[in-house]
Amino acid sequence: MLLSGLSSYIPVLVFMAISGAIGFLMLLIGRLWRPSHPYKEKLSPYECGIEPEGDAWERVIPRYYVYAMLFLAFDVEALFLFPWAIVFDKIGWFAFIEMVLFIIVLLIGLVYAWAKGALDWRY
Amino acid sequence: MLENLQRLIQLTIHLIVNKLVPLTHPWGWAFIKALIVVSLIMLAVTFVTLAERKLIGRMQIRHGPMRTGWHGILQPIADGIKLLCKECITPAEADKWVFLMAPIVSIAFAFVPLAVIPFAKTFFITDINIGLLFILAVSSVGFLGNIMAGWSSASKYSFLGSLRALALMISFEVPMVMSMVGVVVFTGSLSMVTIVESQAHWGWFILSQPMAFVIYVLCGIAETQRTPFDMMEDEGSLVCGFFTEYSGMRFALFSLAEYINMFLVAILATVLFLGGWQPPFVSWPLFGFLNAVPSVFWFSAKLLLFMFLYIWLRGTLPRVRYDQLMYLCWKILMPLALLNLMLTALFLASKMNILIFYLLNLLVVVIWLSIYAKTQAWVSANNQ
Repeated sequence: MLLSGLSSYIPVLVFMAISGAIGFLMLLIGRLWRPSHPYKEKLSPYECGIEPEGDAWERVIPRYYVYAMLFLAFDVEALFLFPWAIVFDKIGWFAFIEMVLFIIVLLIGLVYAWAKGALDWRY
Repeated sequence: MLENLQRLIQLTIHLIVNKLVPLTHPWGWAFIKALIVVSLIMLAVTFVTLAERKLIGRMQIRHGPMRTGWHGILQPIADGIKLLCKECITPAEADKWVFLMAPIVSIAFAFVPLAVIPFAKTFFITDINIGLLFILAVSSVGFLGNIMAGWSSASKYSFLGSLRALALMISFEVPMVMSMVGVVVFTGSLSMVTIVESQAHWGWFILSQPMAFVIYVLCGIAETQRTPFDMMEDEGSLVCGFFTEYSGMRFALFSLAEYINMFLVAILATVLFLGGWQPPFVSWPLFGFLNAVPSVFWFSAKLLLFMFLYIWLRGTLPRVRYDQLMYLCWKILMPLALLNLMLTALFLASKMNILIFYLLNLLVVVIWLSIYAKTQAWVSANNQ
């Protein structure tokens, strides 16, 4: 039973192999054809013609992490919504009330993040 | 010697045709279908780049490419050859292996979601019962290519560009998924084939889910980093975003992946909201003759219409600021997507008239936007 369910994934594996091979092949063809004359200035990181200053891997503002955490919370919520959506037809009103409660709890989270200013992009 | 060589070749062909890729076996069939899909998509991408340049040219009252072939029809091929012959530069300080792998990761995971798309009535590579979830999961892995490229380049522009792009993509992923859940409530299945088929019963979901469609389109454009929302390619401040340091074929792979992602968003819009391969007005007996047209025609027609929308928006709208974009995502689209989901569930549970549902939709949008405007006014008044 389990294996027969998995057999529909085999074409996906075939497709993955093909699409990975395409990237490799295109780079390989380019490698055989193209010239290569590196020198120091050419290999330095691009900074609009000015000499690059300092390390590229610098500290960045923490705002990005806040968005990453918000994403984590709400994307997991979305995942919980999928199974509910699939069985919604069979359950009816009870499913509706359950989901409204679930969404309201998360909306409170969103309102909290909003009130704390986590959703404002400040520089 | 020659005889041996001939036998060797014969044996190899025999092995490939009969043993490794048996055409009657489902694997072999999947292999051939995958090849067809991949090559067709590559062809389509090549000519969509040309169409984009021509159309944008027309919108700016110029001709676009004209020199290569008739009205520049060979331009994509010339571009391809040019990019093949260009030198690929690896910056001295770059993390070499990550730098090399990034375009391959990008392109490989851009293709994979196409494996579960029904392109025509009977043509799909495979039909798995978690199709939509699979697409979402795999296309998220594609973001990894961006962050790999941005981090490994050891360039400030690349690094910042990839961070911005990633923050934007993951933010818009949330309302996008929420808008899709609205469709899944109707179909009760995640399989793409079932989703298309159930639209014969429900009608196209753009009719019963107008709000979700608008949310999906906005998020789709932001996900693929196209012009009104293309913060990672903000050439005024970031040069070229995360692939600033890439050149030649590696650059070509990134832009190919970007265009395939555009196709994927257009395909998903077609499958989820525009009826997939089904002809329009399918339930009216008067239009029954439309069924005679091959279903792949309807699919590609809707797909190309959506691609035209992309190019049109690029030719028309100026770029949106980053903080405005985050406002749009978290403060407008996100609550609207949640409200849309609740309204949809209410609609299905109470079996109300669709006109009342439309009115409710409209009411929710108006009320939400006015509350939003009020709070914004209050916030700015308090700040001063």
